[in-house]
This record gives sequence, C-alpha cells and structure tokens, in this order.
Amino acid sequence: MKLTLNIWRQADSASPGKIHNYELDEVSEDMSFLEMLDVLNEELNAKGEEPIAFDSDCREGICGMCGLMINGEAHGPEVTTTCQLHMRSFKDGDSITVEPWRADAFPVVKDLVVDRGALDRIIAQGGYISVNTGAAPDAHATPVPKDKADRAFEAAACIGCGACVAACPNGSASLFLGAKITHLGELPQGQAERDSRVVNMVGQHDHEGFGGCTNIGECTAACPKEIPLDVISRLNWDLHAALRHGK
Amino acid sequence: MLMAVSGVLFIGFVLAHMYGNLKAFGGHDSFNEYAYHLRVIGEPLLPHEGFLWLFRIGLLAAIIVHVGCAVALWRRAGKARTVKYVVTKNKASSVSSRTMRWGGLTILVFIIWHLLNFTIVKVNPNTGDTGSAAGDPYNLLVDTFDVWWMTVIYLVALVALGMHLHHGIWSSAQTLGLTNNDRARRNAKAIGAILAIVVAGGFSLVPIFVLAGVITK
Repeated sequence: MKLTLNIWRQADSASPGKIHNYELDEVSEDMSFLEMLDVLNEELNAKGEEPIAFDSDCREGICGMCGLMINGEAHGPEVTTTCQLHMRSFKDGDSITVEPWRADAFPVVKDLVVDRGALDRIIAQGGYISVNTGAAPDAHATPVPKDKADRAFEAAACIGCGACVAACPNGSASLFLGAKITHLGELPQGQAERDSRVVNMVGQHDHEGFGGCTNIGECTAACPKEIPLDVISRLNWDLHAALRHGK
Repeated sequence: MLMAVSGVLFIGFVLAHMYGNLKAFGGHDSFNEYAYHLRVIGEPLLPHEGFLWLFRIGLLAAIIVHVGCAVALWRRAGKARTVKYVVTKNKASSVSSRTMRWGGLTILVFIIWHLLNFTIVKVNPNTGDTGSAAGDPYNLLVDTFDVWWMTVIYLVALVALGMHLHHGIWSSAQTLGLTNNDRARRNAKAIGAILAIVVAGGFSLVPIFVLAGVITK
C-alpha cells in the first residue's frame, strides 16, 4: 500500500520542530508500524538524508520503550503498543500523522524520541519495596488472597510507556501513578511503606510538572495494557488515608 | 479533594433548590409560603433570615473553593503541555467530561444573573420593575418565564448544569476513592447520569410550564 506520512522532525530539544511530509510506497500490511518506519529510514539513508529518530527496544509489546502519537491516538488505533501495531490497521492511500508524546515533563530529545526520565524519578520516590537481599523466600511464605493478587497483577502490567500522559488532555500521569500504587498497595509486602510511598510519589509527580487528573478517562483507553481507571480511585483513597495518618 | 467535597455540597443544594421550585405547581400561596418559611426557619433560636445567611455563607465558601480548585487544575493542565498536538482524537471521554471548565464557567455566569434576577436586585424582565416593585416571589417567577428568551437562557444553563453533574458526580466519587472496582465505577457513572437528568429535568419543568401557560398568576 501507499501512504502519506506527516512526521514530526526536530533536531534537538533546543530547536523548534515541524511536520515533514513523506510518501512511502509498497508498504506491506504485515509490517509493524516500526518496521514501516525502518523502511522509510532506509530510503532516507539511501538519499543521504537524516533518518527519523524513534524509540524501540523489545518490539514484542512488553518493554514500554516505543510510543508514538499516531493520528492523535497514543500507540495508534489498536489496543497495543506501537511495535505491535500492524499496517493492516491502515488503508492504502491513508495519510498518517506521527508525533512524539507531548508533555512538558517529557522533553523531546530528537524527532519522535522523548525523555521519560520523569517517570523513573517518580518510581525512585517509592515505587518499590525495601527488602534485605539474600536467599529468595519460599513462594508460600506470605499468603496473598486471590482477588488481591489478581488486582496487583493487573496493575503490575503497566510498562511505563507514558501513553496515559500522552493521551491525557491535562497531561497527567495519574494512571501510571495509580497502577504503581495499586500494584504494591494490594500486596502484603507493600504495606510497610504504603503511606510514605503515595505521598512521595504524588509529590514527585506534581514536581515534574504533570497536570492534575480530572477523571476524563482518555488514559485508560490509550493504555496498551488496559490498566483500568479504578487504580486512580485507589491512588486517591491511599493518599487521603496517608494524609489522615499525618504523613 | 476539596473540589469533590465542595461539589457534593452543591449536589445537595440543587436538590433542595429543585424541591422548592416545584412548589410553584402548588400555586401562588404554596410557593410564597415556602419562600417565607426559608426566612423564619430556626426562629427564635436563629435571628430572622439567620438560617438563610448561614446557608449562603456556606455556599459562597464552597463556590470559592470549587472555582479556586478549577483555576489551579486549568493552569496546571496548561503548563503540563505547552506544545500542542497537530492531530488530537478523543477515544473514550464524554462530552461532559471535556466541557467541565467552559460549562462550569457558563454556570457561574448564569448564577450571577440568576441572583440578580431573583435575589439581589430582583429584575422583572416583563415589566422592567426592580426591587419590591418586581412582585412577590411567585409573581416574579411567572413574569420572568413568560418572557420566552428568559426561559431559553434558563434552559441552556440547565443543560450546562446537567452535563456538569453527569461527569462531576462520578468524578467526585473517583476523587474520594470510592470507585475501587468495575461495579463501583459503573454505579457512580449511572448515579451521575440519573441525577443529571433528574436535576436538569426537574428544574426545567417550572419554566416550561410557565411559558406554556399552565402555571399562571
């Protein structure tokens, strides 16, 4: 198939960017979106032009590295990551606009690559449990009720790709935050640091310049891992509890 | 959270306000009796209009908090994404959720007119009279909604209020941490939709029935 691609080009974080138009022919519907960009880059290389920079790593939808805004949808029209989006989701003759995640907390590094270090800094404020290393404890040493284990697992599916921030009209990372708070807060191992975790992580989130949540729900629709909106309710509940406890 | 709590107070208020309005179907005396009752409630423990003023101060405080939170959120959202997308698409959000800010502003402007119309100045758009000459509460109500464009203004404001409640009720439940699973979320959204229709519909009855000539002086 033949496509018109309108792609954001930006030399570095300091210089302004703009949309460039490219025509690409003989795109197979079996290509992934990233493979299609690889083909475009080969053409650009052959012509001596600068290839388009974009992030990717595992290309099997589990690492959270890739992420593009495709026609105004984070990761494009399917519920999956950009690397697992295939060109059969598009039609011959389509015009596709590709932009980087837009959030001031995610500065553009180059073209379609953004720096998501803000999410790492939020994790560093409490998105973990403190344990002494050593021999792994027996798997059945700490019983976890099935419903809590399921909910923690569902939230733990978050790969930190940043699609929720990209899709949020407020530029909030609340779905990401909620996923981490729910994941650790539902498990016995997460209880000791539950109050300080939510207070510190929310503090870092606001400090990074993410927006405030207004429960619009675009994040959960964009999430490639289908994290449900109720993790944000859990986040709010835990935050209020921590404030009641004087944290 | 302050946004959610102040919003929940408004839900209680509009329901009580709607109950009072529907007294108009009881006729001139029933409506005016209710209005008078609001002024003498709690006497002699409270001074004349004492309860009313406590209520007004409470509402004023709630509106300042609610608007203050809205301004803070709006500014944060503006700063969180200074470079806009070339193409945007709404996948899942309701129109109500995306119009909370402009819809809320519409309601605020309406509330100012509404208070001028019925409380502070008492403007009778039919006769042009103001103050006590505008008529007693019931007559002022009938005169106001006999003017078709006044009824239209009120109905537009009620649509804005209904939409604001549609998203606001579920959103406040979420902010208060009450929607921790699928079912609670669906229930909160359903309550939001039902209350939005009940409130906007209930308030609309009086202006429509006045304009239709069912409620008359």
